[in-house]
Amino acid sequence: MSLRIVVCVKYVPDATGDRRFADDLTLDREDVDGLLSELDEYAVEQALQIADEADDAEITVVTVGPEDAKDALRKALSMGADKAVHVEDDDLHGTDVMGTSLVLAKAVEKTGYDLVICGMASTDGVMGVLPALLAERLGVPQVTLLSEVSVNDGVVTGRRDGDTATEQLEASLPAVVSVTDQSGEARYPSFKGIMAAKKKPVESLDLEDLELDADEVGLAGAWTAVDSATERPARTAGTIVKDEGEGGKQLAEFLAGQKFI
Amino acid sequence: MAEVLVLVDHVDGAVRKPTLELLTLARRIGDPVAVALGSGAEATAGVLGEHGAVKVLTSDAPEFADYLVVPKVDALQAAFDAVSPAAVLVVSSAEGKEIAARLALRIGSGIITDATDLEAGDEGPVATQAVFAASYTTKSRVSKGVPVITVKPNSAPVEPAAAAGAVEALTVSFGESATGTKVVSRTARESTGRPELTEAAIVVSGGRGVNGAENFPLIEALADSLGAAVGASRAAVDAGWYPHTSQVGQTGKSVSPQLYIASGISGAIQHRAGMQTSKTIVAINKDAEAPIFELVDYGVIGDLFTVVPQLTDEINTRKG
Repeated sequence: MSLRIVVCVKYVPDATGDRRFADDLTLDREDVDGLLSELDEYAVEQALQIADEADDAEITVVTVGPEDAKDALRKALSMGADKAVHVEDDDLHGTDVMGTSLVLAKAVEKTGYDLVICGMASTDGVMGVLPALLAERLGVPQVTLLSEVSVNDGVVTGRRDGDTATEQLEASLPAVVSVTDQSGEARYPSFKGIMAAKKKPVESLDLEDLELDADEVGLAGAWTAVDSATERPARTAGTIVKDEGEGGKQLAEFLAGQKFI
Repeated sequence: MAEVLVLVDHVDGAVRKPTLELLTLARRIGDPVAVALGSGAEATAGVLGEHGAVKVLTSDAPEFADYLVVPKVDALQAAFDAVSPAAVLVVSSAEGKEIAARLALRIGSGIITDATDLEAGDEGPVATQAVFAASYTTKSRVSKGVPVITVKPNSAPVEPAAAAGAVEALTVSFGESATGTKVVSRTARESTGRPELTEAAIVVSGGRGVNGAENFPLIEALADSLGAAVGASRAAVDAGWYPHTSQVGQTGKSVSPQLYIASGISGAIQHRAGMQTSKTIVAINKDAEAPIFELVDYGVIGDLFTVVPQLTDEINTRKG
């Protein structure tokens, strides 16, 4: 039986660009270049490797986001995913992580899955809780923050490097997995992959297709509110010296003046 | 006064510092009620009481160690039902955030993660967060349900405040999903004898300029002279020179120490995201154009292989 893998990805503003807030204190997506979140590339990569090991597997990549988010799907398809689902709806603007997990859970269920793979966090919100929320909503095991993952005979195993210990985890499918940037470098799409991606199916779904109401998502449906966003003042220019042989001692003098020594 | 639930982060009864910081913040909102789970849970009560916990709800069921995350969610939910708190505070560790998020969803509450400060407000606690690689500061609040907030280490001082710290057994009935993900084995990380990276008052980090695992002892020696934790940039970790658990940056740890010393680190956005909120920043780099110098309070343009040992020697001499 075919192993159905669903990879959840996010289209995010380029972290090397100038990220900003819009007037309603949501993420400004209009004036900033976007791309597939780097941390989701690792999820796509692990999906491809797991699919290679399986006798028969199909990878569907799912995103929730505006029209431009199709770029993130195309990237994942060009890496080798088989098909894509794009959840797009004007009412989704301003959705928080609770709403996003709801929409993704519905989309994943509609797609059909044995294994859901996510990145460890997005590179914009960086909360890192969506995989756990997805597992809670789907009612399946969460096997998250893995630096190594494999699937055999309907069981997913992996290594989680925690703050105080390294754990070996095991759960039966279906399950939700998230992988870290230590799980293995993501491949670059080949020219052939990029060409093939153009012909791969991208299904568009809106809230009605997922049997969701507008008031369950969006800014008004969010369970948190941002009251203010202030640009961090530039740090006041510090003292910079060129080492002429006494650089270490000068630095020690500075640290002593600040009472660190 | 309303009660505030605080989930205790401890290792076999030894309470980790960020939990004591949470108690400081919890007291701004109400009376802290701590929830300690797993082996050694009851042993946490003494120190928690000294820092303001009026009650310590404990459970040492084996499920907390044998299965991932969900048993703790079940327990925190049981505590929530028993106490009806005004807010729930959890340390912003990877596990803490996952527990908090699942609890929030179950109780129909919004969640704020990685707060760096917390104050009481007219419409509930107001959380400060540093976002977009710490280039913005936001003030947010939970607008639905009982606020669930995770707080980053080093966000508040540890303040002694005597309270009863009365131990009460917490009754937990585990749901079906609690045993979904088995922890097959657990290997404790070997102690370096240095402070925990996210909790340390001083962090000394090495990057690409360190140029090899064999040179990291230079960084460690400087760290040891200051009683500091050792960090590494992504470049140094990806090159295999230092373990990923020490990585500072967007995909590693986010630190906010009193003093951050960056050696041979250019200061790419990926790194800045993890250290930009440090109080005092110092850098040593031979490239005068390195972006890290835009952040520093004091910078030395020079070769770290001469500057760092000289600095270490000077510190050790001054300490006498």
